[in-house]
Amino acid sequence: MILLILISILFFGGVLAWLSEGLDSRFPRVVALAAVVIDLLVMMALVGADAEGSAWIVQLNAQWIPRFGISFHLAADGLSVLMMVLTAFLGAIAIGAAWDEITERTGFFYFNLLWTLAGVIGVFTALDLFLFFFFWEVMLIPMYFIIAIWGHENKNYAAMKFFIFTQVTGMLMLISILALAYFHYIQFGWFSFDYFDLLKVSTSSAIEMWIMLGFFVAFSTKLPSFPFHSWLPDAHSQAPTAGSVILAGVLLKTGAYGLIRFAVPLFPQASMEFAPVAMTLAVISILYCAKVAFAQTDIKRLIAYTSVSHMGFVMLGIYAWNEQALQGAVMTMLAHGLSAAALFMLAGGLQHRIHTRDMDHMGGFWAKVPRLSFVALFFSIAALGMPGLGNFVGEFLALLGAFKASIGLTVAAAFGLIFASVYSLWVIQKVFHGAYRNTDFDDAHLHDLSRREMFYFGAMMIGLIWMGMYPQSFLDLSSTTLNNLLSETGQLLFVQGGEL
Amino acid sequence: MITSFDDLLPLLPLLIVTATSVAAMLMIGIRRSYIATGTITITGLLAATLVAVSMMDWTNQQVTPLLIIDQYSLLFTVVVCAAAMILAVLSFPYFFELDDQKEEYFLLLSVATIGAIVMVSSNHFVSTVLGLETLSMSLYGMIAYPLHSAKAAKFPLEASVKYLILSAAASGFMLFGMALIYAQTGTLSFASVTELPVAGLGDGYTIVALLMVVSGMAFKLSLAPFHMWTPDVYEGAPLPATAYLATIGKAAMFVVLLRFVRISDALSLDSMLTIFTLLAAASMLAGNLLALLQDNLKRILAYSSIAHMGYLLLALIAGHYVTGTIAVESITFYLIAYVIMSLGAFGVASVISSSEKEFDSIKEYRGLFWRNPLLATTFIAMLLSLAGIPLTIGFIGKFYIFLSGVEAGLWMLLAVLVLGSGIGLYYYLRIVYRMLMPEKHTLPYRIGGVEGVSSYAVLAILLFLLLMFGVYPAPIMSIVATASAFI
Repeated sequence: MILLILISILFFGGVLAWLSEGLDSRFPRVVALAAVVIDLLVMMALVGADAEGSAWIVQLNAQWIPRFGISFHLAADGLSVLMMVLTAFLGAIAIGAAWDEITERTGFFYFNLLWTLAGVIGVFTALDLFLFFFFWEVMLIPMYFIIAIWGHENKNYAAMKFFIFTQVTGMLMLISILALAYFHYIQFGWFSFDYFDLLKVSTSSAIEMWIMLGFFVAFSTKLPSFPFHSWLPDAHSQAPTAGSVILAGVLLKTGAYGLIRFAVPLFPQASMEFAPVAMTLAVISILYCAKVAFAQTDIKRLIAYTSVSHMGFVMLGIYAWNEQALQGAVMTMLAHGLSAAALFMLAGGLQHRIHTRDMDHMGGFWAKVPRLSFVALFFSIAALGMPGLGNFVGEFLALLGAFKASIGLTVAAAFGLIFASVYSLWVIQKVFHGAYRNTDFDDAHLHDLSRREMFYFGAMMIGLIWMGMYPQSFLDLSSTTLNNLLSETGQLLFVQGGEL
Repeated sequence: MITSFDDLLPLLPLLIVTATSVAAMLMIGIRRSYIATGTITITGLLAATLVAVSMMDWTNQQVTPLLIIDQYSLLFTVVVCAAAMILAVLSFPYFFELDDQKEEYFLLLSVATIGAIVMVSSNHFVSTVLGLETLSMSLYGMIAYPLHSAKAAKFPLEASVKYLILSAAASGFMLFGMALIYAQTGTLSFASVTELPVAGLGDGYTIVALLMVVSGMAFKLSLAPFHMWTPDVYEGAPLPATAYLATIGKAAMFVVLLRFVRISDALSLDSMLTIFTLLAAASMLAGNLLALLQDNLKRILAYSSIAHMGYLLLALIAGHYVTGTIAVESITFYLIAYVIMSLGAFGVASVISSSEKEFDSIKEYRGLFWRNPLLATTFIAMLLSLAGIPLTIGFIGKFYIFLSGVEAGLWMLLAVLVLGSGIGLYYYLRIVYRMLMPEKHTLPYRIGGVEGVSSYAVLAILLFLLLMFGVYPAPIMSIVATASAFI
């Protein structure tokens, strides 16, 4: 029930925010913030809760479409709770980013923002595959509206590309879901879309591979992974700041979550066979996109490409499929959520102040905006994987786990850490160091971070330091889930006669 | 066979609609009143819908060898009558200021509905042709309706003549095929086709006969490559007539095709299977690709209807490979969803148009979301439903089609379906994006015509159905499931 409440608060909060615009155009942001903060507080109850025996902290299961065995099945375990907390936290940050930036049609904006968050929470908790797909698509529409209405100069192209990429790959996933449900029908005689029922389906290895690929394509497009990543730079650079924060911090994690929860456990044999390919794609993402990031002049596109690069570590960890690698993937998801969100907020803040994203026009900002520069330095250091901050823990664990699966790929991926340093420090050098130049933009509004913005950035900095210094608190939450998944797939492989 | 009163009782919805058209005619003769004629038509269609709903549970009877009144045909009678009623409500403000005789439009509408009801209940070639021609003749009139008015909105005469000539040719093909079948079997019922592989003639004869019949039907359904008439006729006709053609015209014809294919077992011939597969693939691709280049809303909806018929054909082919009713359920559900979505989309356009000026270019919808949010939300919901986005009934329909395809193992067609749907997203989103853009001009919407409160009410009902059954489709699914058992 609590899960339904979480989603409903966001849904109704969104409607309320839209309606409150009629009263005063400053009401929607307050209503939205209130809704997200209430959600965050409710989630704290789940964080502290104890799972009695099973890994699932809370469940809700109701009949929806009995004709096909589709039920409204929501459940949260440690992993889902972590993701939900990240979602709500970044939702609050995003509202903070949009606080002064969005001045037109504010009600509708916060409506879309909250509905995107509601869709994401649905994705993280749905255990019925039809419901999962439902929320997967529901996430898309409000995000499309956010980019299409409040985006920057090329918003039409970016929004359309984002939508079509995700929708078409989503349809491939739908075919896979249906095929899996159909094979359940053939094997057991009744239709079901429930996660636990579909875990028991066994098919021939060729069919399993094809169905798994349907899921893989959809999730690796969302992740995003090379070669389906090309929607991301456009979507991120054209979205308004709050949109970028949600896209980078939250939406990308749904792809990774899907891989961990569905793609691998449902098809363990096929995933093991496919793992070398997936890990190679991950390494290519890490290295190639780091190189492309270095070549960018648009600061937001650069950060977008670095997101792809970091998510490559996540994919590497997932397909290595051992405890450390998975823990590393989860930590990277959390840490990258915070660091990428912060970097996008900085880039968006800069754009809001000087109306350009072109780094060739920027230089020597440290003199003019020292607080902003310091924050930028902090998060760039975080992004490059400095020990003591969350990203390092994630990437280190992922590489450690991947080393057990494939030494060569891990060595290649480790070079990604070097490239990360290159592009992160390059941004700092280009934008903040050197002589101050303001020849190409109007610097009247280039003022430093306000107290409100410092508050948000401070919260994220604390989060990253906490993750870097005391990651065990996060690892504890997800360890039950991940260990269960590992032992389940071990059992499934045993049943199907494969080898782990 | 002596037909008694009890035999004709199942025809009650049909009789009510006929009585409506006679009453409308009398009303026109006695005293011309647009409001009165409209009211009579709407009331009559509403009564027919309600009667059909109440008959659904207990009627299952072959009335004369021509018509089968069972739960399936009654379901579609309900759909047809309800859609016709909605269209009558939407046409009312549209033609209000037509400077010509207006009342006959409702007459034509009710007669067309008679044809449609006959078509959905037919399992005999004669009733098919009777129903089809009744529907088509009325449509010729409805399409050409504003031609005498000095300020005709588009080019109705051209559209109507084009439709007339091509439709007549298609009917000619269909009749020739029926004649070929009759020549060998001696009866004209659908079931007679199963006796066809007659000794000495071989399969070739059957294939030619079936091909003729199917090509006539494919024309009406605007399946590629028989689709060329669709964009021009849709564009030239007045919006309510286009809407009628797009919804009831297609739905009735598809039910006939479905009955024909199932009863005659036409798909057991490999060549027919290949032909249907090609028709489906061509329609899905041609419909979606050609719509990419259009800026006229009616032409876009015309091309997209070609694609939707292609999706339905996929489910029809799947029905050959799958036991059970899932394929028929898919087709039924998708047709109902398609009728709702198309009525909504055309309805929005006709609410802001009138017979003097039709707003059918996409440019004219720019900024609609900020000027009239409720109307734009309805339109966006309808477009997203046509694209198959969840939360709408269109998604559940697509889900059904995908399920049939997966169960039948039609992987190539499913790939074409995914490709077509992906392409379709682009042109639907383009319109949505236009509506979201900031408005630049302040041209009034609607020039001429009247503001119809009832039209907005009807649109609200359609939107409600679309969203409600997109989120909780179980009630409709159970009705569809029980009805589909009858085919």
